[in-house]
Amino acid sequence: MSVMTQTGTAGAGAAAPVPVLKRPSPYPGWFFLPAAIIYGLLFLLPTVASLYFSLTRWTLFNSTFIGLDNFAQFLREPFLIKGLINTVIYAVVTSGLKVVLGLLLAVLLTSQIAARGYLRSVVFFPVLVSTVGVGITFTVLMHPTNGMINEGLAMLGIKGPGWLTNPSLALYSVALVDVWKGVGLATVIYIAGIVAIPKDYYEAARIDGATKLQNFFYVTLPLCRPATVTVIILSFIGGLRTFDLIWAMTRGGPGFASDTVASVIYKQYQAGFYGLSTAGNVVLFALIAVLVVPLTMLLNRREGHE
Amino acid sequence: MTKTSRRTALTGLSAGLMLVTALSGSAFAQSINLTYLIPSGADGVAVAEELVKSFEAANPDINIDIETRPGGSEGDNLVKTRLATGSMADIFRYNSGSLFQAINPQQFLVDLTNEPWQADVQASFKQVVTAPDGTVRGAPMGAAMGGGIYYNRAIYEELGLTVPTTWAEFMANNEKIKAAGKVAVIQTYADTWTSQLFVLADYYNVSAKDPNFASRYTANEAKFATEPAALRGFEKLQETFEAGYFNEDFGAAKYDDGIRMVAAGEGAHYPMLTFATTAIAAAYPDMIGNVGFFAQPGDEAGMNGLTVWMPDGIYIPQTTSNLDAAKKFVAFVASVEGCEAQTRAGGASGPYLVNGCTLPDDVPPAVSDMLPYFAEGGQNGPALEFLSPIKGPALEQITVEVGSGIRPAADGAALYDEDVRKQAQQLGLPGW
Amino acid sequence: MSLVRKYGLSVLAILVSAVVFLIPFAFIIMMAFKDRTQAQLLDFSWPQGFHLWTNIVEVVTTRNWMLLTAFINSSILTVASVTLLVIFAAMVGFVLQRRKTRFNGLIEFFILAGLMIPPAVVPTIWLLQGIGLFGKLHGLILVEVAYGLPFSILLYRAFIATIPRELDEAAIIDGARPFDVFFRVILPLLWPVTVTNIVVQSVAIFNDFTNPLYYLPGNANATVQLTLYNFQSQFNTSYNLLFTNIALITIPPLVVFLFFNRQIVAGMTAGAVKG
Repeated sequence: MSVMTQTGTAGAGAAAPVPVLKRPSPYPGWFFLPAAIIYGLLFLLPTVASLYFSLTRWTLFNSTFIGLDNFAQFLREPFLIKGLINTVIYAVVTSGLKVVLGLLLAVLLTSQIAARGYLRSVVFFPVLVSTVGVGITFTVLMHPTNGMINEGLAMLGIKGPGWLTNPSLALYSVALVDVWKGVGLATVIYIAGIVAIPKDYYEAARIDGATKLQNFFYVTLPLCRPATVTVIILSFIGGLRTFDLIWAMTRGGPGFASDTVASVIYKQYQAGFYGLSTAGNVVLFALIAVLVVPLTMLLNRREGHE
Repeated sequence: MTKTSRRTALTGLSAGLMLVTALSGSAFAQSINLTYLIPSGADGVAVAEELVKSFEAANPDINIDIETRPGGSEGDNLVKTRLATGSMADIFRYNSGSLFQAINPQQFLVDLTNEPWQADVQASFKQVVTAPDGTVRGAPMGAAMGGGIYYNRAIYEELGLTVPTTWAEFMANNEKIKAAGKVAVIQTYADTWTSQLFVLADYYNVSAKDPNFASRYTANEAKFATEPAALRGFEKLQETFEAGYFNEDFGAAKYDDGIRMVAAGEGAHYPMLTFATTAIAAAYPDMIGNVGFFAQPGDEAGMNGLTVWMPDGIYIPQTTSNLDAAKKFVAFVASVEGCEAQTRAGGASGPYLVNGCTLPDDVPPAVSDMLPYFAEGGQNGPALEFLSPIKGPALEQITVEVGSGIRPAADGAALYDEDVRKQAQQLGLPGW
Repeated sequence: MSLVRKYGLSVLAILVSAVVFLIPFAFIIMMAFKDRTQAQLLDFSWPQGFHLWTNIVEVVTTRNWMLLTAFINSSILTVASVTLLVIFAAMVGFVLQRRKTRFNGLIEFFILAGLMIPPAVVPTIWLLQGIGLFGKLHGLILVEVAYGLPFSILLYRAFIATIPRELDEAAIIDGARPFDVFFRVILPLLWPVTVTNIVVQSVAIFNDFTNPLYYLPGNANATVQLTLYNFQSQFNTSYNLLFTNIALITIPPLVVFLFFNRQIVAGMTAGAVKG
């Protein structure tokens, strides 16, 4: 196969008629093999298998086909649905905040500000730190009575909330920590976007007498669009799949208040409901496909019209 | 740094790491090595270490490494997965009763029915480590436990309270404690499993009213939401929450905070299993005398009795690397010397299940308070998880919700019934 | 006037960044210096006495030197996975960029799918168990490679597009075999993006928590992230030890950050913009 397809691409070089015939392709197809085997075996195969196992009651040894019961279970149990809604909320909140804060920080860090290097480092470093470590640290900082955050607020005369113990707040508290940890990446992506904007645009804007605010809204913002698209899609997918931070901080609690699809999958796995857990996986897959594919298309199409 | 020097640095780094691994991999003695998996937690580790130490002293050719795992549903999963995948330690400690049934003992565990030491193990324990085919697959590890309420004796004395025998008396006590500006009931939901106690420890009261509940429940005939007696446990949790008896940080406090609070008098009541006595004695030896214990009160004083938990079992997976050595260790744990080693490490927390094992005379009050329920004329009965193979995995989250006012008791019970249904189906029980 | 504004903003930015980003780290370090009783208060206070060394000794020696085993395991996991990732991804990226066939669309679809689809966990366990790799370090290594390939391939493909095709063709005409062309000519040229790959994937794999949690049960196999997670229950109220542990496992990323800051940033943005 590799020899046949080779003939199409060989003509570009200098010595076309020379005996290329028997020479092996410089771009052999077997280069794909190691990657394809590992990826196919450990990623594609389980993904395909999950479609079947999600329709079964499964003990890892034997599986009983039960049709769509597992999915019906997902729709019947309030906390599984709650997990679904929480996942979307979490993804929207984290990606939204990362876009806004990332852009603002990037504008700040590309301006003539002192200690720029220090600021960039300090904003970016949390990206590299262990998520579990960050989760544990903030769990302690957010302790309702002894935590540093609430003690700090108490000094200002504010009674801090139960960040992780108040069921209507827990999910958002975790999302905030996620933003704390991830905003550095968004900032760095935006910085790359802003630096790539040709100076002429700002020059032209300056001649037109644009204010700083106008500069931002009419030059920086539209020309940063590719960066925005990247940040949104990256953090949105990350948000939908999120597990480690939630698990390190609340384990989905209190009760089921901060459960996401990924933590529900893990809990069902823990309980030994392997079929149900796998069905959760398929639900998450569908959720990502349903939300991210149209989002990507929408963002990219508008970009095309520019 | 130049390109090349950076590359050399990276190569050097990885080469160094490989060397370290190569070194650490080799060089172990020739004696028999066993692994022993236990749930983590300082008290359990101390007991295991003492057992292993005494055992190794008697059997110098056997060397046992202790591994720990998380407790709660997370640990359940780990045990299930390791059994299912053939990667279990040579000996492991795990719950008896319904959780024992859920790990598929017939398929994975070594049959210990005909071991000589079984003659001295009490029948009540054998029953909870018996696989569906009638074979006994485990030995008792630890003492029998009660599920009930620890109380701080100093607070009771100070406020002139008496140990309640009905729920109404208990709530009246709570009211007085609250009025005195103290925390009446300690809850510790950062360790979610601790939230289940009000529901689980109420089972003696359920069975007192409806002796057939367990079998009807297993047969899919009785539900927590529809049987008023069973629903009481959830309602009791809701009532104590709504009355505002909990410590302020109940959502973030941990089990370790709970035992500290009840020992130090930072709170008056802590619903818990009595294995905590060992932990309190270890962490707060000078305050253990302040901690008493009573059964969770029911609605009538005449029917006051204790819900009893059988201790964990220790088991040998069929994949063990050395069955004989593993059996030796299990036999040691189920012997009088084994009980003595446990008492040495952790202090006594309740009656042992091996004939001939005795408790020392100077047991702490939390233990002596528990003994009358086992004595002549006392009333006790096993917890539901020893009478039915079904325990829903989400109970601890549901009780956190009920105990935090997120969900009313009736809703929580109904949700739990649904959770139970999943478990029963997964176990393949008839009638579901 | 504008000077005041400029420096005013700078000072404000530095202050806010210190409160938001530095205090949590300062908190970790101070906790690591405290003894158990003081750490239990959870407050932001100056440590009384110097307990760092005793804390470190206790954390490292606890449970049979488990943390040391974990560091070794994590190092093997990281080094081996990243090595395989780099080689295999570069091979795919190279051929994928150079050769246009009707399969390219399909391959690209798989790459995007790999970036988006959450891995099917339980079926993967089932499969690993079937081939005898469950709970084994090399099983997890392969899993990390499988999950990391799409991103690495994208990085390589983008970079290879900037290398003129004439180079490989010249080598071929000189009689080099394709294998040599790739490993002797192309791969060295890819060094900048390889460093990026190494750094980005190392950080990701070293910090990975979810996959070891699922695929690598057992103490003998613990990775540093799992150790931390297990210590969370074991050191239930020994916050000094818990935070000593956090501080210890933050050192490798810190070192990487100090030496490879530029590459990380470059890699993360490049990969992100292409992805």
